Amino acid sequence: MLTLIGGAAVLALILFFAVRNYAVQVAQQGQDTILDASVTSMLDAATIQDGTVELDLPYAAFSMLATSADDRVFYAILRDGKFLSGYEELATAGNFLPDSPVFQTSQIRGAPVRTISASRTLIGANERVDVQIFLAQTQDALSETLDQISRNAALLGVGFFTLAAVLSFWATSATIGQLGKLTTSVTRRGPQDLRPFTKPVPREMVPLVSSLNSLVGRLDQSLTQSEDFIAEAAHRVRTPLATVRSYAEATLQRVDKEENREAMRSMIKAIDESSRAAGQLLDHAMITFRADHLERDAIDLTELVSDLAQRLAPIAEMKDLSIALRGDPHVPYSGDPVLLQNAVRNLIDNAMKYGPAESSIEITVSGKPKPQIMVCDHGPGFPENEIETLTTRFQRGANATDSIGSGLGLTIAQDVAMAHGGGIHLENRLEGGACVTLSL
Amino acid sequence: MRYFIALALSFLSHAVWAQDWEDRQTFNEADATTSLRIISSTDTDLFAPLIEAFVAENPDVAIDYLVTETADIDRRFRNMPDAFDIAISSAMDLQFKLTNDGYALELQNVSHPAWAQWRQSLFAFTSEPAAIVINRAAFDGLPIPRTRQELIEALRARPEVFRGRVGTYDVRQSGLGYLFATQDARASETFWRLMEVMGGLDVQLYCCSGEMIDDLTDGTIAVAYNVLGSYAEARTESRNAFEIVLPSDFPTTMMRTAFVSKASAEPAAAERFIQFLVTYQSNPIDGTRLLPSLQDRDSGTERATIALEPALMTFLDALKRNKFTSEWENALIQN
Ligand SMILES: Nc1ncnc2c1ncn2[C@@H]1O[C@H](COP(=O)(O)OP(=O)(O)O)[C@@H](O)[C@H]1O
Ligand SMILES: [Mg+2]
Repeated sequence: MLTLIGGAAVLALILFFAVRNYAVQVAQQGQDTILDASVTSMLDAATIQDGTVELDLPYAAFSMLATSADDRVFYAILRDGKFLSGYEELATAGNFLPDSPVFQTSQIRGAPVRTISASRTLIGANERVDVQIFLAQTQDALSETLDQISRNAALLGVGFFTLAAVLSFWATSATIGQLGKLTTSVTRRGPQDLRPFTKPVPREMVPLVSSLNSLVGRLDQSLTQSEDFIAEAAHRVRTPLATVRSYAEATLQRVDKEENREAMRSMIKAIDESSRAAGQLLDHAMITFRADHLERDAIDLTELVSDLAQRLAPIAEMKDLSIALRGDPHVPYSGDPVLLQNAVRNLIDNAMKYGPAESSIEITVSGKPKPQIMVCDHGPGFPENEIETLTTRFQRGANATDSIGSGLGLTIAQDVAMAHGGGIHLENRLEGGACVTLSL
Repeated sequence: MRYFIALALSFLSHAVWAQDWEDRQTFNEADATTSLRIISSTDTDLFAPLIEAFVAENPDVAIDYLVTETADIDRRFRNMPDAFDIAISSAMDLQFKLTNDGYALELQNVSHPAWAQWRQSLFAFTSEPAAIVINRAAFDGLPIPRTRQELIEALRARPEVFRGRVGTYDVRQSGLGYLFATQDARASETFWRLMEVMGGLDVQLYCCSGEMIDDLTDGTIAVAYNVLGSYAEARTESRNAFEIVLPSDFPTTMMRTAFVSKASAEPAAAERFIQFLVTYQSNPIDGTRLLPSLQDRDSGTERATIALEPALMTFLDALKRNKFTSEWENALIQN
């Protein structure tokens, strides 16, 4: 903006000086032309008779030098460099005999004058004589004209500057305003929102927006690709793991030695955790995908959770855990049942994993004020200082060092909640135990 | 030695001053604090009412009015520019050249139309045509010539009546005479034929209007060519004996001009005088005025007025002047 106005000022100055300079030239040329015509008519009147130079000055020679500013006129007539008539001081100003008229700006009697000098050779009966004339005119009319032109040029410059400044102000505020709007709409976007920008923008900004859109598109594509890759990788790992597990189980049947059996069991447990981790990776990739294109079905949250609890009951029993379901009998909701099951499943998994044996897991489903699912256990709870960061990808707590896990469980729960416009909240109960609230 | 030089200088300046004036008159000497010296070609009689009106309005200013011939004004002024505060002359060309040469002071406060002033320094204040003044007695019963051509014919018809009885300016002495003659010569060849006829009739040459009209009054001459009509008009006692003819073929009208000397010791009072002069002369309803007023050049019907422009310097060029004077002498002085 400042550069634009500065540029306009410089341009206006250049304009002013260009016009003025041009005017000086034109005006000076005008004066020179008249001086030339005058001196020519004077030289034409020169004759030589019996060796005497006569110069019958034409009345028009001086008449044509009349100006509106009453400029003064000086002249000198010389014969072979010797002064004949006029103003003698002019003759001594410069004594040369050029072929063509010579113009000069100098001072006479304290006044700046433009001087022309021209000469002519007269051929008499038996001699050659050079007649030279100096003709000078003050420059009052010229400077009056120039003052006027300068004033006009200055007005022109100021006008140009004002126009340019106003235009640049308008143009920048128009573009900067649009840029500002675009910036806010980019800033306001969520981390997952990689849709192209479709708001209309000025023509000049279309290339910027379209390249921004193509960048976002490529980013989206490469994100999807990497999710796909993870899903593919997880899938490829899970299948051979299942094969290895079945071999290990078969081997366990055949091994008798107690220490070998123990080793086999550890092996099977590790394989389980690995496939679970691979499953979570797969789930995570799937959730990222499905969250972008969320399908909402009419479901009952209580029904969904109790189905899940029933399915997990056998596993819970192996750890002597009971799952207690409380809350509203029906919580109707519109959401993606696959994702929601996945999220709650991860929360229950955690409760089983970090909760002590022979305790209960309490699940509360409520519809008011918002649809909420709360999963609580009686374990040691979340490590207090890590509670803020546990929901980030692959982030595991200090209490999880001897258990196997991927650090994705809470991340999946959170992603699902956010895809449904909600979030999760971790807290430790006063009476002990961890509580995760998934609100939708 | 120094004493002698001082003596010589004072003698010299005394000599310049002591030179005879045609007339010299002082106005308001008694109670004035400042004094203006005006060198002028205008007869005191014609100018006195104006000066009296001025000193009546400006009692603090005294006026020393010095009258001499136009060419003499130019000479004296160039010699001693600081000896005079104001120069007034009917020879426009000489006045113009003095201004062009830088002797005149620019007066910013005097307002005057552009055509009637030059460089805000030289101010015109009258319009006065050159006239043929005829003694009626010489044309008793005959038609009065109205043009130069008719005058030529009248002179040729009765050479015995006019021999030695035609008069005009001696252009070698009179600045105004030279101005009128050169302007006439510029306008028409008739001028040269008239000069030849007058030369053949043994023309009387005069330095000044006054003497020419004196001779016309007492019948010494019958025709005066290129006299200022205003001067003849002013001779109230003999006014009826004259016929003042403004030639209708081509008229020549001069403007009397005034400027303040750049070397003036009293520029403010001098400027006041010039302002008074141009205002007084532009006001047509003043009954006391004797000088012709300044006629608006743009009024259309008036006679061609010599313009205040650089061309006025043409005939003052030494070469041009020599050529013109010798042609004039060839035509007029035939014996
Ligand atoms: N019910 C819980 N009780 C105590 N700590 C928990 C509980 N659930 C999660 N955590 C802590 O949060 C961390 C992140 O959990 P999660 O994302 O499910 O990963 P993972 O279970 O694979 O370690 C765990 O490593 C653990 O430290
Ligand atoms: Mg977990």
